[in-house]
Amino acid sequence: MSQSASCLTEKYGEIDKYIDNLPSLRGALVTVLHQAQTIYGYLPEELQLHIARRLNVPAAQVYGVVSFYSFFTMEPKGQCAISLCMGTACFVLGAGGVLQEFEKELGIKAGETTPDNLFSLDALRCVGACSLAPVVLVGDKVYGKATTSQVRGIIEEHMQRMAKGGGSNE
Amino acid sequence: MSKRIGSPEELRELQVKLAPRTALRLSPAEREALGIPAAEKMNILVCGGPACKSTDSDHIITQLRVELQKAGLAEEVKVVPAGCMGYCAQGPVLKVQPDNTFYVQVKATDAAEIVQKHILNHQYVERLMFHHPASGAPCRQEEDIPFFQGQVRIALRNCGVVDPAYIEDYISLKGYQGLVKAMEIGPDATVAMIKQAGLRGRGGAGFPTGTKWEFTQSYTATPKYVVCNADEGDPGAFMDRCIMEGDPHSVLEAMAIAGHSIGAAEGVIYVRAEYPLAVQSLQTAIKQAEEFGLLGENILGTGFNFSIRLNLGAGAFVCGEETALLSSIEGNRGEPRVRPPYPAEKGLWGQPTVLNNVETYANVPAIMLRGAAWFSSYGTAGSKGTKVFALAGKINNIGLIEVPMGTTLDHIINHIGGGIQNNRAFKAVQTGGPSGGCMPTALLQTEVDYESLTQAGSMMGSGGMIVLDEDDCMVNIAKYFLEFTVDESCGRCTPCRIGTKRLYEMLERITTGKGTNKDIVDLQELGDIIRDCSLCGLGQTAPNPVISTLRYFKDEYIAHVEEHRCPALACTELLTFTVVADKCIGCTVCARNCPADAISGVVRAAHTIDPDKCVKCGICLDKCPTKAIIRY
Ligand SMILES: Cc1cc2nc3c(=O)[nH]c(=O)nc-3n(C[C@H](O)[C@H](O)[C@H](O)COP(=O)(O)O)c2cc1C
Ligand code: FES
Repeated sequence: MSQSASCLTEKYGEIDKYIDNLPSLRGALVTVLHQAQTIYGYLPEELQLHIARRLNVPAAQVYGVVSFYSFFTMEPKGQCAISLCMGTACFVLGAGGVLQEFEKELGIKAGETTPDNLFSLDALRCVGACSLAPVVLVGDKVYGKATTSQVRGIIEEHMQRMAKGGGSNE
Repeated sequence: MSKRIGSPEELRELQVKLAPRTALRLSPAEREALGIPAAEKMNILVCGGPACKSTDSDHIITQLRVELQKAGLAEEVKVVPAGCMGYCAQGPVLKVQPDNTFYVQVKATDAAEIVQKHILNHQYVERLMFHHPASGAPCRQEEDIPFFQGQVRIALRNCGVVDPAYIEDYISLKGYQGLVKAMEIGPDATVAMIKQAGLRGRGGAGFPTGTKWEFTQSYTATPKYVVCNADEGDPGAFMDRCIMEGDPHSVLEAMAIAGHSIGAAEGVIYVRAEYPLAVQSLQTAIKQAEEFGLLGENILGTGFNFSIRLNLGAGAFVCGEETALLSSIEGNRGEPRVRPPYPAEKGLWGQPTVLNNVETYANVPAIMLRGAAWFSSYGTAGSKGTKVFALAGKINNIGLIEVPMGTTLDHIINHIGGGIQNNRAFKAVQTGGPSGGCMPTALLQTEVDYESLTQAGSMMGSGGMIVLDEDDCMVNIAKYFLEFTVDESCGRCTPCRIGTKRLYEMLERITTGKGTNKDIVDLQELGDIIRDCSLCGLGQTAPNPVISTLRYFKDEYIAHVEEHRCPALACTELLTFTVVADKCIGCTVCARNCPADAISGVVRAAHTIDPDKCVKCGICLDKCPTKAIIRY
């Protein structure tokens, strides 16, 4: 917390504007956190404190909510977010093996980000595309009926896309 | 120019004017039921359900439009991006109306042939029809395809028929006239009608919807609220998603009907953030309904006010539980609380609240339009109407189905579902998600309704139906669900927080060959305690996957602990890999590919696997050209 108040105002101007335009602050915390994560990508401690002050709720409550919901993250995600569905349909059709292969290829565990910040890997609950099980999501792109042998290709495809500039999430 | 509809009379007039939009998408019987006259032009309905969309159905739409333009038919023949048609396994699918021809596994490159042959020359494209697996004969219409036989669409009636982005489509099918009816007959008669229809909650517990509305109506505190549970948390379930994406107005209209009945002016839909397309579809629908004066202030000039807003979930399974959900809408951690008081008395912000599931709501406008007697003519004595299931797992016809209550599991799995993939043997069907259980072959004649599924040791749940085959280890499946609950337990009460973890550890021991007979006894005992002592439904039902597999597949548990053997060959740690000497040609492929250096042998002589070094990855098994490696 070394920055001065005015510096923070500048840094978090966008979320401030969002909060100012809310019709009511009652029950707004989860909604504000959603918006903040959309804007800044993740919810660092400093931002949580800022939101606590703006909404006039205890910082512990903000942290309590952030840590409760798996959608919120306090760490920045990689440029390219790879998610695997671990729903029942995907599980019985071999999603576990595909996840292991991604973990091996990327050298990280589910929930982590590679040190170069390029990839993060997540295991999700059912994404509702069970007829394509096992399902891998990279940004908006859906890979259905994924197999372990496709893993390296998927990673390389997105490496190239990132190298060409432009995120991998379009 | 305002689009506002000023009165119920104007809504009816608009419907008649708009009827030709959708008339040719209906079968003659459906048209007659709604009293909509026939029309002549053609429509091509393209499925935009989750599966078909992911396999590029959007591209098919573009390509069809290009081809129609070329043929000078862009005005004549409409291409409609519709919601899920159900048959996901054969996606992308599309339907040509009015002749009701169903095409499967369509590619964008097929667009030219469809337009040239079917649209211009009225010849069917046989190549794209579903071919009957037994006879090989082409099946042109849905009725001819086994997957659709025995299905009845009430909650899904508009999915795959309307373009969800246009409220005009919904209105043309008498949309919002259920609300008009409710306003005409008044709150008491509306509640009586829902009660009489016998509609029960489709979110899992099966509580009678009309009774819930009646309770909420009876409390005098104001304001009251109407909440829709669109958190669809069960893994392997995608019914609610398809309804919201394919027919959002049914849910909005039903919420308005509920609002009118209980005296509420505000509705909230709590929808999971993992469903961005559903969120988008609902947002568009709400905006259009407001423009048409069907939501907001002074609806249809009657003085009734009702608005709906969306609230995004944030990835916590327990938020599907009603009290946790309400706490989450209030901006807090989604922790459940003790009931009573039920939401009907003290719900959102402590006020009387009706809370129902998406599918429950989707049935309501149909009941209002076609009557309680019509609805209750489907189903069994205690469970009326239909149930939507998401059929998935090791089954041929993965998809979204809707069947009358009382349909047998056998019909669903072997007829509609087309049996097990790759000719493997059926082992069990799992319903009810992490709160449910597995039913074996002996129970396939069970008729699906709330009571019989509970009796069979499972439950209706929200509609996920996962089929398992002989390669699935039932102990491992129980472990999978327990891992889920351990992760998702909110931590508030001890039996659930710690008890599920202990259950998981015992299952972990059993699947790795370290379990004992005592573990099996303890599983049962601890399961009973967790069921009886947990605070909310999550903990109370968490042991079900263990208890039901113990009940029907105890032999598998025993094989793991007594023989250190997994009968389904699924628990890797219990497997042994070995080389069959007289099949091995000594090509050394296995030894070169083994990541653990566990295989030794010289060229052209039989190799051996060192069981102490083997990590059981199975690579050698895949690589061996002569299939000389076996596991047991
Ligand atoms: C742990 C848990 C998770 C639940 N998840 C859902 C869900 O995802 N969707 C749903 O509609 N109901 C869910 N329910 C049931 C709700 O608590 C509630 O009974 C239901 O939404 C009421 O609506 P209905 O009467 O229309 O079914 C869940 C219950 C529990 C205990
Ligand atoms: S289980 Fe993976 S999409 Fe449903």
